[in-house]
Amino acid sequence: MTADPLAGPPRRRRNFALLSARAGAAFLTPAGLLVAVFVIVPFFWVIFVSFTNRTLLGRTALNPEFVGLANYLTLFDPATFFQRGQFGFSLILTTQFVVASALIGQALLGLLLAWLMQTVPAWLKRITETFVIAAWILPEVVIGFAWFAFLDRDAGTLNMLLTGLGLPAGDFLLQQPFWVIVVFNTWRGAAFSMMLFNSAFSSIPPSYFQAADVAGASSWQKFKDIGLPLIRGHIVTDLILITMWTFNTFTPFLLTNGGPSYRTELVSIYNYRVAFQDFQFGKGAAVGVVMMLINLAFALVYLSLGRRKKGR
Amino acid sequence: MRLTLPAFFGRLAFSALAALLGAAFALPLVWFLFAPFNARAELGLAIPAPWTLQNFVTVFGNSYAVQALGNSLIQAVGGVVLIGAAATLAAYALSRSAIPGKGAVTYVLLLFSSVVSGSAAMVPIFLIVSAAGLMDTHLAVILTFAGGLLPTAMFILRDFIDSIPKSYEESAMVAGASPVQAFFDVALPVIRPGIVVVVVWGFVNIWGSFLIPFILLRSDKYMPASVAIYSFYSEAGTPIVTLLAAYSLIYSLPVIVLYLFVSWKFGFRFFGGIKA
Repeated sequence: MTADPLAGPPRRRRNFALLSARAGAAFLTPAGLLVAVFVIVPFFWVIFVSFTNRTLLGRTALNPEFVGLANYLTLFDPATFFQRGQFGFSLILTTQFVVASALIGQALLGLLLAWLMQTVPAWLKRITETFVIAAWILPEVVIGFAWFAFLDRDAGTLNMLLTGLGLPAGDFLLQQPFWVIVVFNTWRGAAFSMMLFNSAFSSIPPSYFQAADVAGASSWQKFKDIGLPLIRGHIVTDLILITMWTFNTFTPFLLTNGGPSYRTELVSIYNYRVAFQDFQFGKGAAVGVVMMLINLAFALVYLSLGRRKKGR
Repeated sequence: MRLTLPAFFGRLAFSALAALLGAAFALPLVWFLFAPFNARAELGLAIPAPWTLQNFVTVFGNSYAVQALGNSLIQAVGGVVLIGAAATLAAYALSRSAIPGKGAVTYVLLLFSSVVSGSAAMVPIFLIVSAAGLMDTHLAVILTFAGGLLPTAMFILRDFIDSIPKSYEESAMVAGASPVQAFFDVALPVIRPGIVVVVVWGFVNIWGSFLIPFILLRSDKYMPASVAIYSFYSEAGTPIVTLLAAYSLIYSLPVIVLYLFVSWKFGFRFFGGIKA
């Protein structure tokens, strides 16, 4: 936080910027260093490590050898690609997870909630929003534990409820682990979509809806013909963001540990297992590179949308 | 406003649906309202009889548990001090200085920060921290989070500073202040609400995170609450439910308080909209 030696007295400055380039550079330095070391260097380092056979322990921990594309060939080996506990299985599982829990679950539920919140009484809106947001802001380990108790086979709240309704109880973490993490992630993340769509809906001039009311439009017609078309941009933003977050999420690990028998092993969890349980850093790095490439594709789409909006 | 009968039932159906969804969201958390106050809590839902604070007494009597909360505090506060200071300076420079290529810097940072996620970069982050000799220290966690959260913090703050008229600082400089003085004495007080938002956002993110401390720390001495919570398991691997429930509640409290603070102060508009 050093005050750069004043960067020249103000009267000498020719442009209208408030900070000289030198002072600006000094102001940028601390953040620049931190981001460089912990964001930019890892990006290139992970690419480098993915071409080596580096391990956490043993001889290759200190003297990793260059192995070319070997790690990638292992990951994409057609003979094992789709087997449980292999990279391809994990990648497909993650894709299904993103589609089901983010694109369908969070986005649709968020949209429905945001639309409902426009008309329900204020007290109901406040209570509902509180719980939806609580699911989103509480620390992930707490949420993981809450769901563990909620789903307990013998005493959990869910089974208690099901039994009370005359429905069969079940050990869902064992029987339907994939759908458990889908519902879990939908529940956990719907708040973001709800809030984004909420603010999108409230930016629509009320007169549009009043005019539709006068014409006798139903709520569904107002949603379909006014609400939806006017927030299309927000929907695209929302879908890209929740896709990226869901693709990278590690939270289901706290509920299922990736199991049973790899049935909930998302790529983030697969990456952790390969690198920190099997100690294969080279292979784990290769997984990281593939993940980053996928992130890059989404980020480029997202940023190009942002640019277009600014250009208008 | 007069309501026709179908419109009335429509409203009613909407409210019923909203209530149902709210209940569905509340359901997995209901257990948490009771279990911490029940000395014989199990995974099932049960109203405590009698209500007791015994579980909290046990938690606070457990030095490891208390130490872990302290560690969470050290790491979160350390992180947000760095983030707050570095992001404010950087955002101010991005907004007010004439550095060439500002736009490009912003674009590249935004790109990298969304590409390099914790779960994609866990191997290189581990290796960098290890190479720097910081493995198993508070500093490892603090620096990793500062670096990872800074880009987003900078963008939030830059937008905030962009919305402040330059004439504030300009008039200070007409009165003879140096640019740096104008920053510290004029701009900084105006930016403060933005900094508060970034600091709260950073705090909640670090406080609640699991993966980074999980891979960067080894010894009990430095474990934050998010990882230490997994020590409340019996030898057989079953959770000691009473402790876990009470501890989870204590551990969640700062997040709840900060949320209430921010929504009271600023209205919970879009704070935290962008999670790391």
